[in-house]
Amino acid sequence: MAHDTHDIHRSRAEYEFVKRKRATEMRGQLTSFAIMIFLTLIAFTLVAAEFSPYLIVPILLLLAAIQVVLQLYHFMHMGNKGHGMMAFFMFSGMFIAFLTVLAMVTIVWW
Amino acid sequence: MSSNAQKTGFGATIWDYITTVDHKKIAILYLISGGFFFLVGGVEAMLIRIQLMKAGNDFLSAGTYNEVLTMHGTTMIFLAAMPILFAFMNSIAPLQIGARDVAFPFLNSLGFWLFFFGGVFLNLSWFLGGAPDAGWTNYASLALASEGHGIDFYSLGLTISGFGSLIAGINFLVTIINMRAPGMTYMRMPLFTWTTFVASALILLAFPPLTVGIFFMIFDRLFGANFFDVTMGGNTIIWEHFFWIFGHPEVYILILPAFGIFSEIFAIFSRKRLFGYTALVFATILIGFYGFMVWAHHMFTTGLGPTANAVFALATMIIAVPTGIKIFNWLLTIWGGSISFTVPMIYAVAFIPSFTAGGVTGVMQAIAPLDYQLHDSYFIVAHFHYVIVGGVVLAILAGTHLYWPKMFGTMLSEKLGKWTFWFFFIGFHLTFFIQHFLGLMGMPRRVYTFGADQGWDLFNAISTVGAFFMAVGVIILLVNVVMTTIKNERVGNDPWGDGRTLEWAIPSPPPFYNFAQTPLVRGLDPYWIEKMEGNKEGMIYAEPLGDIHMPNNSFIPFVMSLGMFVASFGALYHLDGDKAWALPVLIIGLGITFGSMLVRSWKDDLGFIVTKEELIADQERIQREAQAREGGKNGGLK
Ligand code: HEM
Ligand SMILES: [Cu+2]
Repeated sequence: MAHDTHDIHRSRAEYEFVKRKRATEMRGQLTSFAIMIFLTLIAFTLVAAEFSPYLIVPILLLLAAIQVVLQLYHFMHMGNKGHGMMAFFMFSGMFIAFLTVLAMVTIVWW
Repeated sequence: MSSNAQKTGFGATIWDYITTVDHKKIAILYLISGGFFFLVGGVEAMLIRIQLMKAGNDFLSAGTYNEVLTMHGTTMIFLAAMPILFAFMNSIAPLQIGARDVAFPFLNSLGFWLFFFGGVFLNLSWFLGGAPDAGWTNYASLALASEGHGIDFYSLGLTISGFGSLIAGINFLVTIINMRAPGMTYMRMPLFTWTTFVASALILLAFPPLTVGIFFMIFDRLFGANFFDVTMGGNTIIWEHFFWIFGHPEVYILILPAFGIFSEIFAIFSRKRLFGYTALVFATILIGFYGFMVWAHHMFTTGLGPTANAVFALATMIIAVPTGIKIFNWLLTIWGGSISFTVPMIYAVAFIPSFTAGGVTGVMQAIAPLDYQLHDSYFIVAHFHYVIVGGVVLAILAGTHLYWPKMFGTMLSEKLGKWTFWFFFIGFHLTFFIQHFLGLMGMPRRVYTFGADQGWDLFNAISTVGAFFMAVGVIILLVNVVMTTIKNERVGNDPWGDGRTLEWAIPSPPPFYNFAQTPLVRGLDPYWIEKMEGNKEGMIYAEPLGDIHMPNNSFIPFVMSLGMFVASFGALYHLDGDKAWALPVLIIGLGITFGSMLVRSWKDDLGFIVTKEELIADQERIQREAQAREGGKNGGLK
């Protein structure tokens, strides 16, 4: 990826392009970092304010899910080109695992 | 056989196969060991049928019967059907996508040896105090009560071979995603490669639940945990969930590659492009998804409650839709084709009604209220043998004939092949059709005998006769293999004359580097396209002839798996408490495994280079051999 330690010779235009791309990426990362901090604050506040667990638990789970997606796309580059198959497998896996666990838990313990 | 046709000694050949990382040789290893376990499972089946031949028979004792029954099912599913399919996947899928090997050749070898040692470990139980006896499903209440070490052999053996399957699955996935030749887009992949891909995805997602279940089982049995022990607050039903969350996808892991083999056969021997290729691909993917959402249809009678039963009944019926789509696509592929009834094609045609019958009984069982009648009766036995034998085993036999020339360079006899087919096919229907009625008449499955007054004598006797027919068919196949090997008439690239996909464009068996130049794919059925355009070489190339980088052989996978094998004995006997040697054995075994992992990690193995000159020389040798063959007799079908 972007961690080149050795020299690569680029033309001026290429250089500009890469620079612009990195800048956008950086902005994306900073924004999502801010969002993540904000989400964490919400989570802490919810718990500190001692709302009913029935409210807190689902909201926390939702926030966690959002965090995972932000993490995957902004920090682990899943949105970059050539990651389509990986994304497909991860999300199908998560989907199937979620359904399975949900079904099993409801059948066994309710 | 090997990369260069030098004469090598027997020992050298063995060593070559133990250390090989070549997907074509690993395929042969899978075929031989899977074939061996198929024979073992077959003998066990014959013992079962002999015991049930007449009322009140005492050929096997009740306890032995349970062991034979359990080992038959376990062996056939885990050690015969899956490995033989892996053999074809390994041998053919990389060729179909124009690759020089799988993505991880070292892991490929490791996967095989793990499967092999797991299988051997499981079967050693026969000689070490008794085999597992709680059925291939190993339901927890029964398994925890089982005495001796049989169940421990089951859980440890399947853990090891399960790692092997998981590794194989991941390897195929990465290979198919990353190693396709230029132009080989997803929607140009041959259906066998597609089904290999989806089956591998199912392996990836289905084996972990089994591993978790078996881990719990090991902990319960060996370390006194209580996951499944109801009296200690555990829950015995959880095992059933784990097992079937794995188990239902497992049956699709078996049937999808079978579908793939038949899809190839229908297209080749109808000399037609597959009808509805896109529909077949999407049906395969859809089946893969649905396969994970139906497992509880095996548990309708455990008291899941009406809501769960209704949901799973519905989901199960839906899965029959994509399967039906496939059947129609195959029929329409044959329709209007110029059909040649070779042995593989005969199997394929016979597969359609046989498998459909199994699908129909499947949908019947999916009706939860009806399943209360059918469950645990011989009707179920009839159902799954119709899908597994009528689907998977027919595909294995068909695939053996179809791909034998590509794997070994010789052609199995068509005449003996037809004899095998008729014996097997008639025997199969004779054995299992009548079991539907035995089930409806109330005969429960997994009983070691029955009474003379129950009215099941005649049908059971007929069923046993059918089993002998199948055995004769298999024996003829063995004779066929031996005679073909002795005759050793070499065949050319495309021995069936109508090959469509890339594997038929290269020699049989292919040179160790498969493709001297990576092919360029211009559409579905690339070899057919080139043939139709009069391209004598059968391919166009995506690169100039140049040096090729190939992986080195390695002894490490064998040693790594051997370590697991040794460690399993230690684990198994350690908890007897009276065997001082058990713990050292466990430690030594793990030491061997981790030691070889360290060696693998620290020792650089950069592979070797086949230079352009060597390639040219080898290609010339291949051409000379081909000319010699043409001069003598034209090998192959016509
Ligand atoms: C149309 C598709 C299918 C449907 C609707 C279906 C449905 C079912 C149902 C409901 C059962 C449970 C019956 C019971 O135990 O009471 C069952 C059992 C079974 N099926 Fe299928 N099935 C289908 C295809 C297949 C295929 C393709 C295979 C394997 C290649 C297969 C293998 C099995 C096995 C091995 C069992 C018995 C497992 C055991 O209890 O030991 N089925 N099937
Ligand atoms: Cu099922």
